[in-house]
Amino acid sequence: MVAVCRVEELPPGESTRVWADVAVAVFNADGEFYAVDDTCTHQDASLSEGFLEGCFVECPLHAAFFDLRTGMPTCLPAKRPVRTHPVTIEDGVIHVHVTANTSQQSENAQEQEAVA
Amino acid sequence: MRSIAVIGASLAGYSAAQQLRAQGFGGRLVLVGDEVHPPYDRPPLSKDFLLGKVDADALALGEKSDLDDLEAQWLVGDPAVRLSRTDGAVELLSGERVGVDGVVIATGATPRRLPGTEGIAGIHTLRTLDDAARLREQLTSASRVVVIGAGFIGAEVASSCSYLGADVTVVEAAELPLVHALGRSMAAACAELHGDHGVRTRFGVGVAGILSAAGQVTGVRLASGEELPADVVVVGIGVRPNTGWLADSGLTIEDGVRCDAGGITDLPNIAAVGDVAQVHRPHLGYATRTEHWAAATAQPRAAVRNLLAGTTVEHHDDTPYFWSDQYGSRIQFAGSVTPGAQARVVEGDVEDRSFLTHYEHEGRLVAVLAFNQPKAFGRARRQIAKPGLVAA
Repeated sequence: MVAVCRVEELPPGESTRVWADVAVAVFNADGEFYAVDDTCTHQDASLSEGFLEGCFVECPLHAAFFDLRTGMPTCLPAKRPVRTHPVTIEDGVIHVHVTANTSQQSENAQEQEAVA
Repeated sequence: MRSIAVIGASLAGYSAAQQLRAQGFGGRLVLVGDEVHPPYDRPPLSKDFLLGKVDADALALGEKSDLDDLEAQWLVGDPAVRLSRTDGAVELLSGERVGVDGVVIATGATPRRLPGTEGIAGIHTLRTLDDAARLREQLTSASRVVVIGAGFIGAEVASSCSYLGADVTVVEAAELPLVHALGRSMAAACAELHGDHGVRTRFGVGVAGILSAAGQVTGVRLASGEELPADVVVVGIGVRPNTGWLADSGLTIEDGVRCDAGGITDLPNIAAVGDVAQVHRPHLGYATRTEHWAAATAQPRAAVRNLLAGTTVEHHDDTPYFWSDQYGSRIQFAGSVTPGAQARVVEGDVEDRSFLTHYEHEGRLVAVLAFNQPKAFGRARRQIAKPGLVAA
């Protein structure tokens, strides 16, 4: 579990990035908080810098959208989903619970981080 | 329509094949490609692939299951050489004839070469995976590289070569590269990146000739008389659309295949997408080609819809967008710099190489440019006046 920031520091429509074994992008989508791996599954682009539209985030480079609820990409070029991570609020502080790094996907994410 | 051939299996062709299935086309689908490789992504070729950070497998546009899901017949390594006017069949180099009811033309473009340099080793263009692999193999930290052409491809190659430790000079015939695309102040900001990173530039001077010995390039002679020694020369002076195979098709060929605003050619059963398509722009009053990655993924949606409908029911959303990664900077641009548009930095600072610029024309935002400001760019891109999105 990683503390992100206070709720009021992440207003609706905003995003931030925290380090929790991998880089994780955290979003406030109209009052709902979501967290996904920060690195787009396609190439070196940071989803926390993407445009937020409802509960979809646009990869800032390729304009592929990811559904923050499921991590699923909606179109080319992203081929694989990004991992999603549970978010909780405790005493007004946003926390991310990063999923264990067991899938091949997370290995890819780590490799990309190493490259970056 | 029971059978459709997509000619060209790169980003635009592959996207068209995906769109055909996504939009419910259940008939026979044939993909024809001149390269043997499965569809791959070209932008990293001049960047991470050239640097050795990613290998060819990482560039695949789809995994095997994605390709299988298309349930297509793949004819690769066998370029189309003719589209018959009489029966609409596509002939391949091998002699195979593909008879179909509909065609999507996605044959892309080929880099222009310097005349008279055929057969000289060490002179490269960069378009395909094989091109990039050949260039990468020849680059060492001791290489003396001359890049001819300072557009985005040339700049990215210069950046990558310099990162690998090579001694790099960029030559450009124009006084200021990209001035037409970006306007004077922003083109200057891009041009300064070379010098920031120890890459020499020779702008405003043409190439008079290539120097070679025993079939290997040794240098480049400029119109000024200066001679630049070189082991490797990379030529990035633009592309020409691959339309030679359509000479007998009866389609209108100008700078690319003429299409209406929805990607349909003179014939309702033939569409064209990507670099090869010269698309009518209603708001400009003329037709242009768009050589951008984003257009190759976006155009197939409307073009396929129109092809399946048998008539143009949707126009392209044609706000151009492209990006370039060079010298550690991410440059993003969207819109069109109309004559008379004024560039204004609205966030950050050009000196810091981190800024957002608006281009305004008669009170309207017509384009945006960002250096290392992806978040601000994503917002600004949506504020561009949309002249082209019109229901037919």
